[in-house]
Amino acid sequence: MTPSDETGSGAGWLALFLVLVLAVLAFAVALATAIGDYSIGLRTVTLAITNGLGLTGADIPPIEESVVWDLRLSRALVAALAGAGLAICGAILQALLRNALAEPFVLGVSAGASTGAVCVIVLGIGAGSLSLSAGAFAGAFAAFALVAILSNGATSGPNHTILAGVAASQLFNALTSYVVTTSGNAQQARDVMFWLLGSFGGVRWPDFQLLCAVVICGLAICLWMARALDAFTFGDEDAAALGVPVARIRLILFAVTAMMTATIVSMVGSIGFVGLVVPHAARHVVGPLHLRLLPACAAVGAVFMVLADIASRVIVAQQTIPIGVVTALVGVPFFAIILYRSRPQT
Amino acid sequence: MSVVASNLVWGVRRKRIVSDVSLSVAQGETLGLIGPNGSGKSSLLRLLAGLRRPQSGRVEISGQDIAQIPRRALARQLAFVQQNAATDTNVSVRDVVRLGRTPHRSALSGWSAADELAVASALERVDMTDRRAQPWQTLSGGERQRVHIARALAQSPRVMFLDEPTNHLDIHHQIEILRMVRDLDLTSIVALHDLNLAALFCDRIAVLQNGVLVAFGRPAEVLTQPLLRDIFRVQAEVSDIDQTGRPHIRFMTG
Repeated sequence: MTPSDETGSGAGWLALFLVLVLAVLAFAVALATAIGDYSIGLRTVTLAITNGLGLTGADIPPIEESVVWDLRLSRALVAALAGAGLAICGAILQALLRNALAEPFVLGVSAGASTGAVCVIVLGIGAGSLSLSAGAFAGAFAAFALVAILSNGATSGPNHTILAGVAASQLFNALTSYVVTTSGNAQQARDVMFWLLGSFGGVRWPDFQLLCAVVICGLAICLWMARALDAFTFGDEDAAALGVPVARIRLILFAVTAMMTATIVSMVGSIGFVGLVVPHAARHVVGPLHLRLLPACAAVGAVFMVLADIASRVIVAQQTIPIGVVTALVGVPFFAIILYRSRPQT
Repeated sequence: MSVVASNLVWGVRRKRIVSDVSLSVAQGETLGLIGPNGSGKSSLLRLLAGLRRPQSGRVEISGQDIAQIPRRALARQLAFVQQNAATDTNVSVRDVVRLGRTPHRSALSGWSAADELAVASALERVDMTDRRAQPWQTLSGGERQRVHIARALAQSPRVMFLDEPTNHLDIHHQIEILRMVRDLDLTSIVALHDLNLAALFCDRIAVLQNGVLVAFGRPAEVLTQPLLRDIFRVQAEVSDIDQTGRPHIRFMTG
């Protein structure tokens, strides 16, 4: 090993890995825009995208161009950003809570978002899709605020925070069920379930712009604090002894992950397992240091989600399976492998 | 670098855990902190290291109140080795020691030659250079403790605090760790359970009982038969075998 371990060969290897994953991501996005009920050739897809970016002025059928640019590309890019964001949040929470099972929804954000969404769908508070997202977002933040209060503004230990998250999740899930059973009809119950399992249907460019801003800001803040996150390896007190302002870092990072998760959940529903599984997979490849882990998580999470979105549309012809079902179908076996491999060697 | 504590008081809710403790440690000295279970050793150690804020009283290092020093600047001067700090993360020995450089690096600064030198000499100091690539999970208890000390050394501190660093180690490793700490060119404050080891390796010893400092001085002055009886509730013979001022304690089972 040499002094250039972090900046030299190690970083070079990480760069290679990221370039590779981003190339796969580009291909996956192109594939996601080509595949669908109305299938479009990859060449046309590429031309439609370069046309949209103003790079070329190729002559392709306007319908195909519109399907690619207006419908499918925004959807694929939102999927990529959602996957990236959830994976980053998972990695951050696993480090802060020192718990391999931590994931973006551990702070109750998803349960809160569901309650908010259900209030809009079933109780009809507000109307239209914008207020569905707004309701989910409000619910998510209500849940996060409750967890923050229960865990004394994040100054208590990790287990205390996890318990607070469990309590908030239980409460908001109960509220969701209460509203659905007392006020909902069969169709609304179905809508709610579909929303809960996640869907990229209906996302458009404005969604992409919002999510892009949130995920990029979130990633930047997390990278800025990557070294402090490493210092949590041996716990809070150890981090404090290494000069890390533990309570402040904790609160900022909890708020950032809650913000990212709430934005994603309110846009596409609560998509499970990406935030749990991708950080573990990425850690296997690039190691546990966060300056490398976070970009790797973002890239792998993006690819995973785009591929899951493709799978959700092709597994059953003429029908889209909720994205949460696909991620869980892939995620559970993967998680089983992690569990099996990390079992105590006796 | 000297450490001076004056009138430290700390507690949880109504329970007072550290009561009005004042002591001073001179530059380069090794101070042993002893006392029965629950006497407040660990709490006092954390107060001295600035990891907890005293309810009243103050701690000064080289004349400066540590409450006035920012967290990161403090970590460049004081290092703290916890008791059995563990992790589930799959880190290498080198990764752990590198963490010691955290207070010396800003968010974007690269890995400097000074950082590398500090890590290399810390690994050398605890004799783990050859095993720097080894995963943490494969190390034995003694090796883990040595790596923790290397990490603290990589902080380039001027005062080192150790909370029962010899816990769960066999006698060879206990002596090895304490000899290493004694020979460091640092001021060190060590909480210890083993009275004979405290007598062997500490320049001075502070004895705590229910949060109160009941004795403070050189091993031969402090470790007396009456003190062992009153504070530790054991019958013992204290002998000064080789006139070094380092007493040896033989416990009587009655």
